[in-house]
Amino acid sequence: MSGSQRLLIIGGVALAVWGMSYGLWYAVFAEHQALDNIGGSLAGSFAAAADRNPVRMESSLQQYREAKYVYDRQVDVHGHWIGLAMLLIVLGIGFDRVNFAERFKLMLALDLLVGAAVFPLGVFLQTMSHGPLPRAIAIVGSGLVIAGLVGCAVGVVAGRSTDISAA
Amino acid sequence: MFIDNFPALEGERAGLRAMGARRLLLLGGIGLILTGMFFGDIFAVYTLHQNAAQVGANLEAAANAALSGSRAAVLTNFVNVGSFLENRGTKVDTHVHMIDFGYLALLLAILQPWVGLAESSKKKIAWTFLVGAWLLPVGVYLIHYVGLARSPLKAIGWASIAADFGGLLVLLATLAYLIGLVVHFRGGGVGRSDELLNDRSLEGRMLFAGGLTLILLGFFHGSYYAATDLYKHEAQDYTLLAQISAGAAVGVRMVVNDALSRYGQLQGAKAVNIAAHAHSIEFGLLTIMMAFFQPYVSLRAAWKRRWAAVLLVGSLMLPVCVLLEMKLGLVAGGAADFAGMLVVLALLAMWIGILRYTGGLDAAASSRSAPGVQE
Repeated sequence: MSGSQRLLIIGGVALAVWGMSYGLWYAVFAEHQALDNIGGSLAGSFAAAADRNPVRMESSLQQYREAKYVYDRQVDVHGHWIGLAMLLIVLGIGFDRVNFAERFKLMLALDLLVGAAVFPLGVFLQTMSHGPLPRAIAIVGSGLVIAGLVGCAVGVVAGRSTDISAA
Repeated sequence: MFIDNFPALEGERAGLRAMGARRLLLLGGIGLILTGMFFGDIFAVYTLHQNAAQVGANLEAAANAALSGSRAAVLTNFVNVGSFLENRGTKVDTHVHMIDFGYLALLLAILQPWVGLAESSKKKIAWTFLVGAWLLPVGVYLIHYVGLARSPLKAIGWASIAADFGGLLVLLATLAYLIGLVVHFRGGGVGRSDELLNDRSLEGRMLFAGGLTLILLGFFHGSYYAATDLYKHEAQDYTLLAQISAGAAVGVRMVVNDALSRYGQLQGAKAVNIAAHAHSIEFGLLTIMMAFFQPYVSLRAAWKRRWAAVLLVGSLMLPVCVLLEMKLGLVAGGAADFAGMLVVLALLAMWIGILRYTGGLDAAASSRSAPGVQE
């Protein structure tokens, strides 16, 4: 097994373990509270509307907006870390079908691993800051993953062309 | 004699020994995926749309209660909304976790030759993984029905505790395999080869290339959605809810009704985009994994190709039809359900092929060990 394959497989399984640990922590310590907060604040805004209390209605809606924003991203982070981890493992197993020099494949593997770790990290950071930096990190991470995947696809096609011309 | 019909090499036979870790994870993994997909199809047909209608109806009732100034009715309707959302959320989580654990089991099955642990340990870890992988989705499914009955905790019921324990088992098993991989690679066991991964049959190549294409399509769609619609949808979610409550506060029914209608459409648009993105990538992963296992599928070559084609057609058709649901409604929804069934059927056929293969291996092993039979 080549170095690039080992990097993808070890990195992928490690990222899966990390993503699952995050999910477990979230399910035990944060998810129920977050759902209660979302439901409670939305119900509170409608109840305030029934009471004809616009100030409390607005503050409850703002609370709902923030809680929903954070919850959606926390679930996305868990799903994307594990999903991307499985993608890394799959690509690692089939990386011998990518017909490039090992040195380039190592760079491709590193690009995929960094992208898979950084993209959900950028989404996670959005729960702490609404500024442009977390979004930029997420965009860079997803760009790295897409570039790596396109590289793999080109490598597989290049492999097929070589096979056909050799035949 | 029977075993001669199988394209197996000795290395593969050893790797798929009776009740060995690889076989447990392979058959258990496909079983999890099949159950999760079948559950998802049943849920989509019999629960999803009805549930969405109930959520919408209760939200509308809550808005009407706010219009008429009835705080108690608002809160009652929101309790109902919460209950329907919990019902829906736990079923989606059951479906997703069962399938994802199945995928992970398949990947770990492929990696077994590189896990530097004793076979007996690998087998125990595989059982731990599978017990956890069943416990979590079953626990999540039961959350809606068990609630907080007899729970020692304030916010988490017994079903949640069982689900979290299942997640912990899966986590520990995966960690143990990670340690095994590190042990193997640090020990210099780099050169071990697995004939399973050297297969370059037509069906294997079809599935590998098709899977990679599906993953890329899913990534492009996800990026496009995040860039163009995600933040817009989040802003609309807040704006429409604000319109509903503000309209109710000042007693303007027309504003409330208009915002409610647009809120329902928005939820639909968000759901189909996320579902199309997720299904495209997950089916891409599945088809690549099944490409690796084609040497174990004991079916005639022509049928292996047909089932590979069915798996690819279903995998592409489902996310496309899900996306079209907003424009074509139930026609596209029905086509998506049909595509889901195609994927389930193809996977079931491959699973049966693998069962035939393992059955052949066991028959050959028992005939070799029978008295009077020479190696």
